[in-house]
Amino acid sequence: MFLYNLTLQKGGGVQCAVYGNFSAPKAQEIVVSRNKVLELLRPDESGKMQTIVSTEVFGVIRSLAAFRLTGANRDYLVCGSDSGRIVVLQYDKERNRFDKVHQETFGKSGCRRIVPGQFLCVDPKGRAIMIAAIEKAKLVYVLNRDTEANLTISSPLEANKSHVVAFHVAALDCGLDNPVFAAIELDYADADQDSTGEAAAEAQKHLTFYELDLGLNHVARKSSEPIDNGANHLIAVPGGGDGPGGVLVCAENFIIYKNQGHPDVRAVIPRRNALSGDRGVLIVSSATHRTKQQFFFLAQSEYGDIYKVTVEYQKGTEFVSEVKIKYFDTIPPCVSICVLKTGFLFAASEFGNHALYQFQGIGDDEDDVESSSATLVETDEGYQPVFFEPRALRNLHPIDDVESLCPVLDMQCHNLVAEETPQLYALCGTGPRSTLRVLRQGVALSEMAVSPLPGNPNAVFTVRKSASDEFDAYIVVSFTNATLVLSIGETVEEVSDSGFLGTVPTLSASLLGDDSLLQVHPGGLRHIRADKRINEWRTPGRKTVTRVTTNARQVIIALSGGELIYFELDQTGQLMEVEKLETSGDVACLDIGPVPEGHLRNRFLAVGSFDSTVRILSLGAEDCLQTMGVQALAAAPNSLLMLRDDGSGSIYLNVGLTNGVLLRADVDSVTGQLSDTRARFLGARPPKLSAVSVQGKAAMMALSSRPWLGHFDLANRFALSPLSYEPLEHAAPFSSDACPEGVVAVAGNTLRIVAVERLGEQFNQRTCKLRYTPRQMSVNVDRNTLAVVECDQSSVPYDERTGLEGAAGEKDTKMDVEGEEDDEEEDEVTMTPAEQFGAPKAPPGSWASCVRIVDPASASTKQIVEMTGNEAALCCCHVYFPQADELFLAVGSAVSLTFSPRDSEGGFIHLYRYTQDGGIELFHKTPLDGVPGAMCGFKGRLLVGVGNTLRLYDFGKKKLLRKVENRNFPNFIKTIHAQGERIYVGDVQESFHYVRYKREDGSMYIVADDVQPRHVTAACPLDYDTIAGGDRFGNVFVSRLAQDVSDEIEEDPTGGKTAYGQGALNGASHKINQVTQFHVGETVCALTKGTLQAGGLESMIYATLMGTLGALMPFGNREDVDFCTHLEMHMRQELPPLLGRDHLAFRSSYFPVKDVIDGDLCEMYTVLPHEAQRRVAEDMDRTVSEVLKKLEDLRAKVA
Amino acid sequence: MATAADRFNINSQLEHLQSRYVGTGHADTNRFEWAVNIHRDSYASYYGHHTMLQYFAIAENESIGRVKYNMMQKMLLPCGLPPEREEE
Repeated sequence: MFLYNLTLQKGGGVQCAVYGNFSAPKAQEIVVSRNKVLELLRPDESGKMQTIVSTEVFGVIRSLAAFRLTGANRDYLVCGSDSGRIVVLQYDKERNRFDKVHQETFGKSGCRRIVPGQFLCVDPKGRAIMIAAIEKAKLVYVLNRDTEANLTISSPLEANKSHVVAFHVAALDCGLDNPVFAAIELDYADADQDSTGEAAAEAQKHLTFYELDLGLNHVARKSSEPIDNGANHLIAVPGGGDGPGGVLVCAENFIIYKNQGHPDVRAVIPRRNALSGDRGVLIVSSATHRTKQQFFFLAQSEYGDIYKVTVEYQKGTEFVSEVKIKYFDTIPPCVSICVLKTGFLFAASEFGNHALYQFQGIGDDEDDVESSSATLVETDEGYQPVFFEPRALRNLHPIDDVESLCPVLDMQCHNLVAEETPQLYALCGTGPRSTLRVLRQGVALSEMAVSPLPGNPNAVFTVRKSASDEFDAYIVVSFTNATLVLSIGETVEEVSDSGFLGTVPTLSASLLGDDSLLQVHPGGLRHIRADKRINEWRTPGRKTVTRVTTNARQVIIALSGGELIYFELDQTGQLMEVEKLETSGDVACLDIGPVPEGHLRNRFLAVGSFDSTVRILSLGAEDCLQTMGVQALAAAPNSLLMLRDDGSGSIYLNVGLTNGVLLRADVDSVTGQLSDTRARFLGARPPKLSAVSVQGKAAMMALSSRPWLGHFDLANRFALSPLSYEPLEHAAPFSSDACPEGVVAVAGNTLRIVAVERLGEQFNQRTCKLRYTPRQMSVNVDRNTLAVVECDQSSVPYDERTGLEGAAGEKDTKMDVEGEEDDEEEDEVTMTPAEQFGAPKAPPGSWASCVRIVDPASASTKQIVEMTGNEAALCCCHVYFPQADELFLAVGSAVSLTFSPRDSEGGFIHLYRYTQDGGIELFHKTPLDGVPGAMCGFKGRLLVGVGNTLRLYDFGKKKLLRKVENRNFPNFIKTIHAQGERIYVGDVQESFHYVRYKREDGSMYIVADDVQPRHVTAACPLDYDTIAGGDRFGNVFVSRLAQDVSDEIEEDPTGGKTAYGQGALNGASHKINQVTQFHVGETVCALTKGTLQAGGLESMIYATLMGTLGALMPFGNREDVDFCTHLEMHMRQELPPLLGRDHLAFRSSYFPVKDVIDGDLCEMYTVLPHEAQRRVAEDMDRTVSEVLKKLEDLRAKVA
Repeated sequence: MATAADRFNINSQLEHLQSRYVGTGHADTNRFEWAVNIHRDSYASYYGHHTMLQYFAIAENESIGRVKYNMMQKMLLPCGLPPEREEE
């Protein structure tokens, strides 16, 4: 079995983010690390975050920092990763990619304890980088410039100290003095030796200053001062004339100003009123805002509260007199916050959607709680805390919400709403920000307007009044015997003064030349000049115009009988007939692209005929209407579109065939020859093609049984993606003030104005908000509804919440929204108080939990059943009991669950019965002696994994009846699946176990297990002997029981029980084999099978905690395997990963990669330089276009 | 003579390794030292792999920042107090 790994959607989660000016001076940009993807983001004019470039690095990004050399105005990016190398990158604006400027190796690869890469900081003047490991190692690289002003990097200077753990490092701002770095360090050497515990109790964190002596080229450990033992985060304070220098040490509950030879200035972090006394307040992220006049810091606590920290100091002596911490606002907790110079705040959330906020104030309100070092009161119990009550946003105003699936905790693929292709149902997010998302493949279309029409139109056009106009003036809708002209203004209304003839159907309406209009109807042409003079051209005899194509200067019409007539606009603005051509039969379709800039005419005309051919005719003066290229087709063409890629200048001819296939061919820009055709099945209806514009580039809409969009993506590749919208019949580009890049389309008898949003996203989503972190879901196949179990530790149950986080707050928000609806923008991002503040905290070991029934069609909740008695619902499944002849929902819950060590006060199986209206009611509860980890229906009974016991329950009137059990599983049962007589059990640490059930003697026994210790998080049985799994460390693997062993087990009358009763070495007698293995790089929590395309291939689909969706597609034949293996091998040579990690080593991080080909790497073939593309293709005995076509075909099978 | 030099050589190489790579074992490594070392390595690995931190954070319903902090705090005494030394 060979698999092809393809990322369907890159992860939305962010691991860290840095602000900088990467592409141009003053460009407000943010580089985010999405664990293994590096992205450059930039807010556009309307405040939407746009992805500019996104690169897979095939490694783990651990830290980022931006820096610039003195006098420069653009930033470099430096990355710490698991490659054992430091990499300096620069963004190349022309080629839209990150270029590697330097790559220096310093250690082993992998996320190791003593290999630097975890912490990174850069001297504010860009003179030196410190890269540090969690333990011992710290390296300093000196940055400089050579004579050509190129960045140079020195060999590393070591500042190692054994037995020392680093918590954070920061680079001090000391102007032009020697660079100084500060680190929070903890020495454990003594504690390891001292068995009395005294040394451990006395262990003290230190703030150590390292000075890089630029003259001596040497790093010295300058001083080390004891600091608060709760210290975890450092913020450098501006210095060197702009401020006092030094650092703010963020510790649990305190922020302390420290500098060499300066007394500590300590201020207490204000804490929420509701927070219990035993919980500290930890700063988890921070940002610095500095202008010429002032500077302040924003620091965010683990609960999401942002504080504004200011430092009062005396200019000159640089003596810090006071540190003030003021409550600023509350947003969900972030991994990084970035302040943009233009007054925005980018908040990269730990989980869930990210957001862009605009500053509305800088926390100058008097009534906000402030704590100060000057008013610090020390009592017997320690320092006196300061309290505040979190409130709605005051200083920040949400502008944009950046969707992120991170983390996906479960995902299943079903077609519950009877659509063409199945939907993905994903459980995302944590706590009150959890969601159930219904994902449909395709780009989302947002609907701007829908209006009914008097009949079913047969075409729609948009027309501008003059070439210099920015927006369209008319929408022309053609019916079988009439034409409707709508004028676009404040409103869209019918007009009759446009000059268009209203009593005939329209074949084409367009702008001709600079300011005249052209209407083509079956009877002829109607040329409307700017001064409303009308020139008519009538068809000769009884002939009618059947097909037409136009651009700004050229018009070609096809008459019935197959005559082509070519008109061109002359110098005086008159439409002149240039040439005529008799063809053998009727013309099926015609297309001419727009006039290329700087040219008088477009040279190519594409003509499709009913004899299943398409021809390219020349429109040049010498060889007018001569055939240049011919392509035979599989079916008659229905629609044609010439698309020109402005980037490379190449022309593509797209042909929609009557059999539903879209064909794309390259048109040679000199000879007009057609080559390199690619076909793709789009749907049951012949695709109708229309030219539109997306992000300022030419694009295509193909309307089949579902609409598709063909466009040039970020990497300037042509991408064809389905649109998630109902079937459309006709479309035309549309541009107006409110909607600069839209499409006006016809569906049935309605006219719609739609626009493409968030082009990069492969899936569009419908969201149903949840209350707690979702854990599992199960589909009721009879009613097509979903059951979701949710639970949260140390969180107050929803019904017991008294503050705004409960029901009261939700109501308030709704009221607010309704009240303000008129004056607020539509896309206003609103959060309920619970989403903004997080759920109120309860002591550890207490749980809030519920069971929810969701209607997938509307993505809305039908019913919520709250759990009581500190129960946590962990697993659920639908089970059919023949005795009751009913489908029940079984939910497993644990009481007072605690982790490390895992313990509970028992648990329950709740059995719910469905009521008439689709709700649920409790049927009965069965007590358990442990934690239920997984459940599965099995032969009219229920299999439950309780701790390390697998148990089979039968239906009972009062409770479930225990029938069979097996206690021999190693740790904890995480997954259960069943097929036939076989049960597949996944253990939390020990991989899969194949279990056989024997009804005759009522026993279950393990027949096979795995030799590899897999921490199973997800499982998906593929066939009777094969199961696919995902583990905690980010691997996906497929295991299989050998055929002979499988047969043996099946045929043996004892089922192998006697012969293999006791296995070898505490394990089962048979072992399952590893078939494939692949390191995804992110914890895979959901694995499912599905076909996302009509006519596509069934593949495994996985989702990770970072929100990545990927597919593992099985190869159909050996040729493809060989092809991809070779291509992958070449790609490893030609394009080594950006951050210096070896691709093969990364994919083999935990287990050697086996029989999985990395499609993500193969697809990077398209970004290779042409020279390299050719070289690789030649080595593989193929042409470049063959390779590209193969790659496209492979992706088209899944996505 | 040659053998003595070799032995010396191997020993010095080992010493070099032990000083250079934290956790390199020696003949007298005891159970506790080994466990401490494994735990520290594990925490460091979790800390470096962001998705592992997410995994723990979701289970504990804490912020990732807090999980990171807790892990680093555990680098000191990951396995509790060391056993008493046997006098030689």
